[in-house]
Amino acid sequence: MSIRVGDAAEAPSFQKAAFALIDDTQLRENVRHATDVITRKRAQVVAEQHDWQELRSAASAIKAHTLRYLDQYLLQFEAACTAAGGQVHWAADADEANCIILGLIQQYGAKEIIKVKTMTSDEIGLNKALEANGICPHETDLADMIIQLGRDKPSHIVVPALHKNRQQVREIFMRAMGLKELGDRPEDLTNAARRYLRDKFLKVKIGISGANFLIAETGGVCVVESEGNGRMCLTLPDVLITVAGIEKVIPSFRDLGVFLQLLPRSATGERMNPYNSLWTGVHKAEGPQQFHVVLLDNGRTGILADQEARQTLYCIRCGACLNTCPVYRQTGGHAYGSIYAGPIGAILTPQLFDMQHAQSLPYASSLCGACYEVCPVKINIPEVLIHLRGRVVRERQSGASPEAIGMKIMSRVFSSRRSFEAAQRLGWIGQWPFVSEGWIKYLPGMLGSWTAVRDLRPLPRQTFRNWWREREKGNNDA
Amino acid sequence: MPEAICTSRAAIVDRIRAANRSVDAALCSAEYGSIAREYQQSSSMYRATVLAAFEERLREYGACVYRTASAGLPAKIGEVFVAHGQRSVVAADDFPRRWLPEGFRWQTEAGVDTEALNRTEGAVVTCEVAIAHTGTIILKGVRRLTLLPDRLCCVVQENQIVETVPEAIDRMQSFATDALTFISGPSATADIEMTRISGVHGPRVLDVVIVLSQRD
Repeated sequence: MSIRVGDAAEAPSFQKAAFALIDDTQLRENVRHATDVITRKRAQVVAEQHDWQELRSAASAIKAHTLRYLDQYLLQFEAACTAAGGQVHWAADADEANCIILGLIQQYGAKEIIKVKTMTSDEIGLNKALEANGICPHETDLADMIIQLGRDKPSHIVVPALHKNRQQVREIFMRAMGLKELGDRPEDLTNAARRYLRDKFLKVKIGISGANFLIAETGGVCVVESEGNGRMCLTLPDVLITVAGIEKVIPSFRDLGVFLQLLPRSATGERMNPYNSLWTGVHKAEGPQQFHVVLLDNGRTGILADQEARQTLYCIRCGACLNTCPVYRQTGGHAYGSIYAGPIGAILTPQLFDMQHAQSLPYASSLCGACYEVCPVKINIPEVLIHLRGRVVRERQSGASPEAIGMKIMSRVFSSRRSFEAAQRLGWIGQWPFVSEGWIKYLPGMLGSWTAVRDLRPLPRQTFRNWWREREKGNNDA
Repeated sequence: MPEAICTSRAAIVDRIRAANRSVDAALCSAEYGSIAREYQQSSSMYRATVLAAFEERLREYGACVYRTASAGLPAKIGEVFVAHGQRSVVAADDFPRRWLPEGFRWQTEAGVDTEALNRTEGAVVTCEVAIAHTGTIILKGVRRLTLLPDRLCCVVQENQIVETVPEAIDRMQSFATDALTFISGPSATADIEMTRISGVHGPRVLDVVIVLSQRD
């Protein structure tokens, strides 16, 4: 099996990428402005929702329950969707999902497709796979269009182009759409997108979407959006293909009453986003007459098997943890080297990869807990980060890095009184070249990582153990 | 890329079952039923407050809101279209004829193909349920009609307005498998510098005409 998350396998470590990005003052200004605006709006609409905590608790409980019976709910969804005229496909990994989707497009003889914003398609690298086979995917979400036309990468799971300002967007649009004149007011840019895409909405025969919710009880699918590009792609084409992670299923229609209150307030700070589309299989009167759902695993069952970390799969992709994270707010999303950025990306990406790549991501956090506080489904992200750090360390210990060997020696020294005290004496003798004015300000080799950022007190002449022994002796003498 | 051979269904289901080894499959519905739902699920406000909240939310989204008694509905709809300088309108197939005002060119959706609908000035429809708390209108069907024309006028009966989202979801249970669209204000984006712009791909103008219930 080959699990992929976009291009994350080729990404440099978080720390390395972040160092380069924090020098980009324009990017930091754009990210700070965007996250400030969403955080403020979110705080307002959450404060007015008097039952917010009760909604969070219910959502968290529904998600935990669904994962415990995930096989049943997926099979129930499959049966209901099929009965309503849809076709359900199962994909173990990114390649299989791309293969299924490509096969369907070729079967219908199409050369281009229109897409609703879907993180899952970015996860499996769908656009790349389609382009390699001569099929042209058109992104239709405004931000996704900015990314696609600018040959850029998304930096946020809800507003992927938040790192670009209006002037940068204007340049991208003028070049890609071949426009001689274009204003730089957001209205001008939005109008340009409307004109550019309307023709495609009317002519392209296949639409591809993700899903916010799959409803097991009815076999229905729900997509939440703002611009109407989603409704266009879900309504006008002859064929609709929806690709969704297996964790997107919810048990009942009734549960929408919980999630449709939490998601918009958390994601964009709106009481409700402008459009939600709900459909069940094929509707005779209008809409696509061929409907396919691709259920994607791509590492999710591996996360499910880890009891401490499976809460990662509760995520409804609202992005609230990104906006509030003091680390994300400084670096932006590209430092995470994955389409899933921010705190949720820091736990999701390494797990989807079974910890083979992205080992630096569990450290891309100060563990301040702001992400947990805003999470609408109560994912305890700091807890999962610590759990994953443990896994990273255990994997490294099995290796032969200088750090792993050092730690093994330390562990032997610390496990016997005699060797520990001998080490203390040696340390006290050995430290004298580095002590000046009562502080150690420089240490060589690996220990230098510590003194590079803070000074260290030297080892005292009398250790606690010596002091204790002498005290005992004094007591006995008295 | 290799040929797709679908053995993955069984593999995925097996992996899920292995991860949930300790779970008793028979307890699923009992456990679902015992999930604590302490959030608000019923109305807490006076009807007049619910109506006022619905109007306020819609206006905040940039929608235009009108009230009328049922006898004055055709005139009110006419007024809305005159205000936009609109001469022709496409109505949903089930839109009551008696509500259509005189002096406009009317068509029903059945007679208009997608291309023509794209050039239409505006659409008029009824709704199924509306939510005061979020300023949301819920439509059944009429997906093309309420998407392609640049203006959308929706008639909402006062008794269709509920206070909360869970109440609306509850009312929709009997048609949960229909094609449903939730509309909360005109189409919008904030993708460029978080500035909210109305009307990206859907209608730029949303008019909501509320028909007040008869009071004794």
